[in-house]
Amino acid sequence: MLQDILVTGLVNGGVYALLAIGFSLIFGVARIVNIAHTAFYMLAAYCFYTLLTKTGLGFVLSALISVGGVTVFSVVCYRLVIEPVREHEAAVLIATIALALIFQELMLFTFGGHFLGIPSTLEGAVRFLGVSIPYQRLLILVVAAVMLVGVWFILYRTRLGLAIRATANDLEVANLMGMNVHRVAMATVAISVALASVAGVVVAPVFVVDPFMWLAPLVTMLAIVVLGGLGSLKGSLIGALIIGYVEAITVFAVPAGAYLKGAVALLIMVAVLLARPEGLFGVAFEEER
Amino acid sequence: MLRSFTGGLAALALAGVVSSAQAQTIKIAILGPMSFVQGENHWAGAEMARDEINKAGGINVGGKRMQIELIRADTNEMTSVPDATNAVERVITRDKVDFLIGGFRSEAVLAMQEVAMDYKKIFLGAGAAHSKLGLNVEQNYARYKYWFRYTPTKDVDLARTLFAVMGSIAQQVRTDLKTDTPKVAILAEKAVWTEGLIAAAQKNLPAMKMEVAGLWQPSATATDVTAELSAIDRAGAHIVFTMLSGPVGISVGRQMGERNMKAVAWGINVEGQKDEFWKAAAGKAQYVSTLDTYAEVEMTPKTIPFVRAFKERFKKSPTYNAATYDAILFLKANIEQVGSLDADKLVDAMEKAEHVGTGSIVTFDKRHDLVWAVGKTAGIAVQWQDGQKVPFWPPNVKGMKPFKLPAR
Repeated sequence: MLQDILVTGLVNGGVYALLAIGFSLIFGVARIVNIAHTAFYMLAAYCFYTLLTKTGLGFVLSALISVGGVTVFSVVCYRLVIEPVREHEAAVLIATIALALIFQELMLFTFGGHFLGIPSTLEGAVRFLGVSIPYQRLLILVVAAVMLVGVWFILYRTRLGLAIRATANDLEVANLMGMNVHRVAMATVAISVALASVAGVVVAPVFVVDPFMWLAPLVTMLAIVVLGGLGSLKGSLIGALIIGYVEAITVFAVPAGAYLKGAVALLIMVAVLLARPEGLFGVAFEEER
Repeated sequence: MLRSFTGGLAALALAGVVSSAQAQTIKIAILGPMSFVQGENHWAGAEMARDEINKAGGINVGGKRMQIELIRADTNEMTSVPDATNAVERVITRDKVDFLIGGFRSEAVLAMQEVAMDYKKIFLGAGAAHSKLGLNVEQNYARYKYWFRYTPTKDVDLARTLFAVMGSIAQQVRTDLKTDTPKVAILAEKAVWTEGLIAAAQKNLPAMKMEVAGLWQPSATATDVTAELSAIDRAGAHIVFTMLSGPVGISVGRQMGERNMKAVAWGINVEGQKDEFWKAAAGKAQYVSTLDTYAEVEMTPKTIPFVRAFKERFKKSPTYNAATYDAILFLKANIEQVGSLDADKLVDAMEKAEHVGTGSIVTFDKRHDLVWAVGKTAGIAVQWQDGQKVPFWPPNVKGMKPFKLPAR
């Protein structure tokens, strides 16, 4: 049983990590409360499904068009919906909830409530410690690792990253220092949605595509980013692994309570926040500004 | 003055004509989640019945021929029970329907039943299995007598079918795998409708010389069951007894295939009843089996012609919700017998009627639930084999094929 928990927790943690990186960037680093983040993940999954199964473009081309198309679309949405209300966090929250619901209803109208399946990019499975792991899940682990390194590189080794961190730290001062804060925010949204789209393309084949698929990951992502600590990519990765392992342990320890795995994960988050309000690796709130 | 008087007369005459034309139709509301497969099948089955009846001259109501008019009511019951009750209220008060047919989610249908009973409208259920719907009739007949569950059988009877099929699968496992006591893992979504089935399984399986390897209960909307399947694999289960109505059914089928599991899945998998299941599970759901209603087998003399006509018209197989077709024909038979649309008279007739439908031979008990019998209302069992939904139970029905176990 121990090896089952170790392997299952790691693989599921990888899935969550890939989903959490983009959310960590937009919510944790740039502090834009984009509730529509996972709705873009849903859009990318639908886009990928349509291109792959209806046009026969193949995995690579379908993936590139999906990620590119949804990223460009997110920039348009940012300019039209988020930017005008950017200074009012509550308004951003409400506007992005509305966006997510509009996307959901559009998908419901276009594709109906059918549950759709995307073929795996990599077929087959490998046995490790007596546990069967599909190659698609290993691909997710690899992509998650690459994305993490990529985001870290952008944030800490480029001028754009410096600008993102500066505007997140103090918007007004960044503006006074001559930074184009709107353009920086737009770039942040584009990068984070690109990450969500990559997740949609790589993760969707192991899940089911449907108009409501954005809701469950949203709650989990919030939990992971808050648990790991706002602003910490390392925290998001560790938060994702913790949630993955907590869920695996719940299922193995209390099989009849498997449906509680999400709730147990959220309970852990609350417990961590009570003991350490800034999250595991976050900056203490008092020191932020 | 004369012109306005003439105009008034013309308007009155026109109103009379319109009123008369309206009186020529019998309005039936088809209630279902229309963006989902269940609602699509509700509507498709009803359309077939309407077209067939209207083409043949309509329904003879005491010597007067009346056409059927269907009112499409999207209940949105998958996401909102209040939306479902609002839809019922709307079709009754605004569209002035005579009858209600449909419904899917038990939680929503229980609420819709209340509204229908408030207005004393005959409501033929075509989707929900919860026992409470029929229990209401028994406990308060005067109020709930207008409710009849046309399909499926109530949850307790679904269990009887499940165990009958389970017995034959277990026998095959014993023979093929040389084991006296097959291990069964119960994989049931957390929902009201599975509670009774789980209790029955935990009690009956040991009595049927099977070992319960454990109970796993994912959420109905879970999209990832790898941890559950990993635990089931480790428990050495031969059979995975599924009770799944949500998208988790697709995840189970797909992920069992991806993990190359040797256990075979049998039970209720509502998603597995749909033609789209194989594709949704990315072609991985080999040997997943489920309770079902329609296949090209001779359940009744009407089954094969109906299934073929449905496939030709809608380019896919019917699910059990398409029994709205039978429900409308059942209504027609009773209206013609009674010669009236009076709900109380129709209830009396329907309680005594036997109707040969396309998927079952229907009679009702005192709860207005279907009388369960293998070969009549118990349904069929199907298994996915190489992308095809293959019927395998009851074995005595013409057209059944062998059930297969995964290679070990």
